[in-house]
Amino acid sequence: MGMTIAEKIIALAAGADQVKAGDIHTVNLDRMMSNDGTTHLTVDMYHSKLNTPRVADPKKVVFIVDHNVPSDSPKTAAAQKKMRDFAKEHGIDFWEGEGVCHQVMMERYVCPGELIFGADSHTCTYGALGAFGTGVGCTDLLYGMVTGSSWVLVPETIKFNLTGSLPQGVYPRDLMLTIIGQIGAGGASYQVMEFCGDGAKTLSVEDRMVLCNLAVEAGAKTAIFEPDEIALKWLTDRGRRPKAVFKSDEDARYVKEYTFDLDKIVPVAARPDFVDDVVPAVQVCGVRIDEAFLGSCNNGRIDDLRVGAAVVKGRRISDHVRFLVVPASRQVYLQALEEGLIDTFMESGAIVMNPNCSVCWGSCQGVIGENEVLISTGTRNFKGRAGHPSSKVYLGSAATVAASAVKGEICTADML
Amino acid sequence: MEQFTGKVWVLGDDIDTDIIIPTQYLALKSIEDMKQYGFSPLRPELAGKIEKGDILVAGKNFGCGSSREQAPEVLKALGIRCIIARSFARIFFRNSINNGLLLMEQPELWDHVREGETIEVVVNSHVSSNGKQYPLTSLPDNLVEIIEAGGLVKAMQARNGLAV
Repeated sequence: MGMTIAEKIIALAAGADQVKAGDIHTVNLDRMMSNDGTTHLTVDMYHSKLNTPRVADPKKVVFIVDHNVPSDSPKTAAAQKKMRDFAKEHGIDFWEGEGVCHQVMMERYVCPGELIFGADSHTCTYGALGAFGTGVGCTDLLYGMVTGSSWVLVPETIKFNLTGSLPQGVYPRDLMLTIIGQIGAGGASYQVMEFCGDGAKTLSVEDRMVLCNLAVEAGAKTAIFEPDEIALKWLTDRGRRPKAVFKSDEDARYVKEYTFDLDKIVPVAARPDFVDDVVPAVQVCGVRIDEAFLGSCNNGRIDDLRVGAAVVKGRRISDHVRFLVVPASRQVYLQALEEGLIDTFMESGAIVMNPNCSVCWGSCQGVIGENEVLISTGTRNFKGRAGHPSSKVYLGSAATVAASAVKGEICTADML
Repeated sequence: MEQFTGKVWVLGDDIDTDIIIPTQYLALKSIEDMKQYGFSPLRPELAGKIEKGDILVAGKNFGCGSSREQAPEVLKALGIRCIIARSFARIFFRNSINNGLLLMEQPELWDHVREGETIEVVVNSHVSSNGKQYPLTSLPDNLVEIIEAGGLVKAMQARNGLAV
């Protein structure tokens, strides 16, 4: 019986010739990532619950402060200090101010064929490079850090055959929201979303990150692309080499198959309070907004800033809108500076922030008040996610968000 | 076989971890401080009413969203004995097991059970509600071992005779 890419990665990590969906295997982890959302809890457990605390291999562990940057209270400062001190003591790579954790991981660490645990639900982003990244809690992270291993249930795989190419003015964000809208918030529960087909070849690694990143919003354990020449060139350009380059076998087992024609995708929006409540963006046009957010591990990359800047160039942000622009990493920020995009945003009246998770996680920056409306390229629009329980979050592409910021109400870029 | 009864609270589909414990309360000092805000965006009164030994019955995809482990910890601190849902989101499922919180999937109970009624649970066998029995599937042995020990870290201590 053939295996999928995901099964091959797990087999390699488990030291097994063959694995199949439903098996439980003990695996060696290639890498573990933890951010300031929960690392302090892991460190507390490390000190209080273990008889013989140790870190199996510090080189496999990465700590990234990205959720509250810079810290917004003595409490978060204390939590981050705990993380910083622990990293220093144990020789763990530590980043703060560098960017959103998944962006930093992709820029500096992730390699095809790796099995990676991250204490953050959007760790599934790493499938853009053909790695198996999956989100876990702080106890799983602790166990992995101390033993170098963990257990995984081998997930079933769903095949998403992509055909055609996205039309002008339509973005990977629109495609992924469309997919989630169709299959539902639990449509890929416990499963792997494998993207393939000619349409996949039209997508850059950054585009693939957009798709993989949101897979958890369909309940997926992870998402994955075959690491093709596009992915391998991207990796080589950054001086890294794959652990293993896997393709799914022709007789691999898929639990379900979908086909999406990229030519037919249109700009869409997810309505409050569910990521799978997706409609064509025209249906929500006219909704008055108070804030717009361009950023996050989903859409804070240079491509997104270029799209946003092109929309706002020579225009003014609506006087009743706060438009937050948050590059996903230092590298993205520097590139945007070089291209003059930051100038364009600042001249338009946008508020440009340092790289971090910002309002996407609803704790530190740009939190919205009672009954306020946000349109966002963030990952989630759950009830109260961005602030007050009565506030509302719409999700859309960088183009839709930037256009809405200019108009003061939801609109698509071609309506300006 | 473990057997218990408990009063039921009924919740809908796609209850996410931002509803179970919103981001803004994660910086509070302890789970004890956080627990009063459990479910606050959806049902602010609920946390104050839940009593030790109560059972949550929910629809599909319970616990979707963020990987915050404070979510199962808050539910445990509120005294929730177990959660029976049509399905669970996987990170929440794993985090709950790792914290010794019992979860069971049952596709039909949710359609029939009423909030406030008392149901009987026989682990790995069935749940009884209003005179009717609904089958429960068995959890894999390695997960039962973790739950019975009170969580992943304790299970490792029990298994190895020492901490991991």
